[in-house]
Amino acid sequence: MRLISLLPILAALAGTPALADWQDTVDTARGQTVYWNAWGGDDRTNAFIAWVGKRTEERYGVSIEHVRLSDTAEAVTRVISERAAGQDTGGSVDLIWINGPNFLAMKEQDLLFGPFVEDLPNAAYVDLSPGAPAALDFTVPVEGMESPWRLARFVFNYDSARVNAPPRSMVGFSDWAAANPGRFTHPDPSNFMGATFLKQALIELATDPAALQEPATDDAAFVGQTAPLWAWYDALRPNMWRGGAAFPENQSVQQQLLNDGEVDISMSFDPASTAAAIAQGLLPETARVFVPEGGTIGNVSFVAIPYNAANAEGAQVVANVLLDPEVQARMQNIEVLGSFSVLDSARLDPQARTAFDALPTAPALPTLEELGPTLPEPHASWMTRLTEEWARRYTR
Amino acid sequence: MGAALHTVTTQVPDGRFLRAAVLATMALGLVLPIAAGLWQTARAGAGILPAIGSTDVSLAPLRQLVDLPGFGTALRLTLVTGLGATALSILLAVGVCAAMHGRMTQQASGRLLTPFLAAPHAAMAIGLAFLLSPSGWIARALAPLMGWDRPPMVATVNDPAGLALIVGLMVKEVPFVLLVILSALSQIQVRQHLAAGRSLGYGRGIVWIKVIMPQVWPLIRLPVMVVLAYSLSVVDMALILGPSNPPTLAVLLLRLFSAPDIRLMLPASAGALVQAFLVASAFAFLWALERAGRAIGRWWVRRGGRGLSAEPGLWLATALSALLFAVGALAMLSLLGWSLAWRWPWPGLLPESWSLRAWSSPGSGWAEALSNTLVLAAATTALSLTLAISWLEGEDRARRGRAGWAEALIYLPLLVPQIGFLFGLNVLFLRLGLSGGYLAVIWAQALFVFPYVMIALSDPWRALDPRLVRVAGSLGAGPWRRLFTVKLPVLLTPLLTAAAIGIAVSVAQYLPTLFMGAGRIATLTTEAVTLSSSSDRRVTGVYATLQAGLPFAAYAAAFLIPALLHRNRRGLQAEAGA
Repeated sequence: MRLISLLPILAALAGTPALADWQDTVDTARGQTVYWNAWGGDDRTNAFIAWVGKRTEERYGVSIEHVRLSDTAEAVTRVISERAAGQDTGGSVDLIWINGPNFLAMKEQDLLFGPFVEDLPNAAYVDLSPGAPAALDFTVPVEGMESPWRLARFVFNYDSARVNAPPRSMVGFSDWAAANPGRFTHPDPSNFMGATFLKQALIELATDPAALQEPATDDAAFVGQTAPLWAWYDALRPNMWRGGAAFPENQSVQQQLLNDGEVDISMSFDPASTAAAIAQGLLPETARVFVPEGGTIGNVSFVAIPYNAANAEGAQVVANVLLDPEVQARMQNIEVLGSFSVLDSARLDPQARTAFDALPTAPALPTLEELGPTLPEPHASWMTRLTEEWARRYTR
Repeated sequence: MGAALHTVTTQVPDGRFLRAAVLATMALGLVLPIAAGLWQTARAGAGILPAIGSTDVSLAPLRQLVDLPGFGTALRLTLVTGLGATALSILLAVGVCAAMHGRMTQQASGRLLTPFLAAPHAAMAIGLAFLLSPSGWIARALAPLMGWDRPPMVATVNDPAGLALIVGLMVKEVPFVLLVILSALSQIQVRQHLAAGRSLGYGRGIVWIKVIMPQVWPLIRLPVMVVLAYSLSVVDMALILGPSNPPTLAVLLLRLFSAPDIRLMLPASAGALVQAFLVASAFAFLWALERAGRAIGRWWVRRGGRGLSAEPGLWLATALSALLFAVGALAMLSLLGWSLAWRWPWPGLLPESWSLRAWSSPGSGWAEALSNTLVLAAATTALSLTLAISWLEGEDRARRGRAGWAEALIYLPLLVPQIGFLFGLNVLFLRLGLSGGYLAVIWAQALFVFPYVMIALSDPWRALDPRLVRVAGSLGAGPWRRLFTVKLPVLLTPLLTAAAIGIAVSVAQYLPTLFMGAGRIATLTTEAVTLSSSSDRRVTGVYATLQAGLPFAAYAAAFLIPALLHRNRRGLQAEAGA
């Protein structure tokens, strides 16, 4: 018995079991097809995923099948219904682009495979220390159950040919909308971008922003914290597009509205999306990015593996490839995707760092300084409650 | 001669075997999945879904559903759009028939209507969304006249009243109802009734309402119920054109079914029952209306009013229908336009710059979606056609007509709202390990393809000149030989038409493909609906154009192949023209 309890220690002494394990994973993964369930609303992301698939196919014999979702929750539901049917192995979802409430839901219901992140060789390039951005997802500790792949920052964009002075703060939006009735809207809060707009305003308007880092369990506290938000929103809403009675489904639809000239302001979770959209002919050349003073919400996009994934090894290989400095540099290239890398530049070798420094820029691509400070996401429960309260107040 | 007769009479057991096989296939393949799916949904709606730890019967799911913000509005929207679209479609179609009947051959009108029937709902909705929106084609055409420098601030799509959804449904339904009425009219002595009515001094429109329609109604009642059930539970079109805050009930349920919170499946299932109840109530309403119409109609007919004034109404209906068709055609054209555009900003009537880029990258997804769509369409159509031929041949061999219940059985999948049983069916398929594969999707799609194929094939099959078969029999041809060398070749045109309809229905399937394919099987329709909420209309345009083009090509083939094969068979051409 004593010998058995000693085994892990012996194994640890025997050298690099993690690396040996990794080789096992890579060997098993060969020949697998990873069904990566990822939001499919952005063509450049879709093309990037296809490119990653080519790379994993060439180097590891792992191919990627991109299952395009219109909402990440679809993948979560699929895993749930598989468990409901007792399908605990051989599930149809191998990898999910996930974060926030979807991650929380899956983690709480033990629907995730892991922890696996620290076993990925390329995780060495990421700062995973407790409290680091890549170790927290909407304040929920990641605990190795999902692997980061891209940074997201909440930004607004507008057409500088039509708008001279966009609002300088969230409070300023209600004055701006009063001066330009019908020219502003936000995605439906049941969509994460619409919810993020409300959260961004909440951070600026809450009586005690620090409380947002804790779960929103106390009803009285929720009412107190959000009272200024609803007062502000009640002033803003009548001056919104379609009188605040209808909302675009997501930010892609709103970007289309901006392109069509139906609204003057849109929003995105990707500072590079405006420059990318201009290059694709989806926004006018004059489109620009702006952020309120005081900074905006930022978070990390992750990939997670469901507990019943049929190709969990292949999925880990994909998660690892996504953290490859070469892949991350390509991802940050504005001509490819333009998403900021999740790697810690202090951990990169000089060659990789040069690759990042040499990336091209574009007029509509903001610099990190222009983006101002990154505000942490409130606890995921705030988003859920905000969305519910919004629906209760404004869905008639 | 005697031997041949003998063969014919001993074939009865064979016919019975065929009928038994068809019946078994129907029971196991069609009725069972629908019943089992409904049963699963009903259990979950009553609070029993052991997989998520809910085992007690309760009304809690229903209460939770009713307490959802905007539930009442969603219900009202569903009724207004569903009943409104159906009623207006029938009204317009009847008006057009009354005004245009006799001025157009059935063949010509069929050719005119086919593109609208072929275009899938989703593609039509995507096109309409651009055409009608405040920054769309119509507004762009009006902009210089009205002096708009920015899109006008009116909600013309996704409007809270659901008007855009009603228009969208009507663009698809008016042609369908029109075709159904036209085919019913071919069984009625319209000309004689009209002549008699007019000689008694009745106006044309009044003869239609008082004499012709009462005879037409029993023949179109089932198709009208299909339209009604569809309008009340449509998902793809409501997603694209309908209001969103709150949406119609079917969209609300889809949102609940795909919410990350697993417990929402209970109220979603309860909602699926409400949806089924709504459709059943609508049927009951229709029945009550029919009874009332019968009583009032008799009194009205006896009163003998000549009512010469119906004429303007007929022309209004015709004008509105023409407008609707024009809108539909422009919508389809705008899809093509977008797929070829690079920049197309407000207020340009035409794209500022053109590009083939969206078309030139099939690897980005449309090639795979196209091939998936083709495989599914081919498989479901082949399956449905085989079953339909077996059924009809079984009827022939038994020399028996179709019982009422059998007719209802065919219509069953079209009358039960899809969302009501697809969720439960998915759970069932998952248990069987079938979900996420082609087999599951083919099965689920065939549930909806088969009825249309069967309906399309039944009348031409029965209209086949029985002397041909009798002659073949008397020359010694056995039942199978008579089927393969006489009936099927002669029926080539209706067979191909039925196949084209099958392909069109398969291509248009959204919910069955989405639910049963576990999202893994991307078809032109699922991708087009997903892309309709993206920022790139150009790519959406490619998918929607392909989606509409495929059924159209199938119809064209159904028209051209017999024309080519039968170019030197005048009798068969006449058959096609009948």
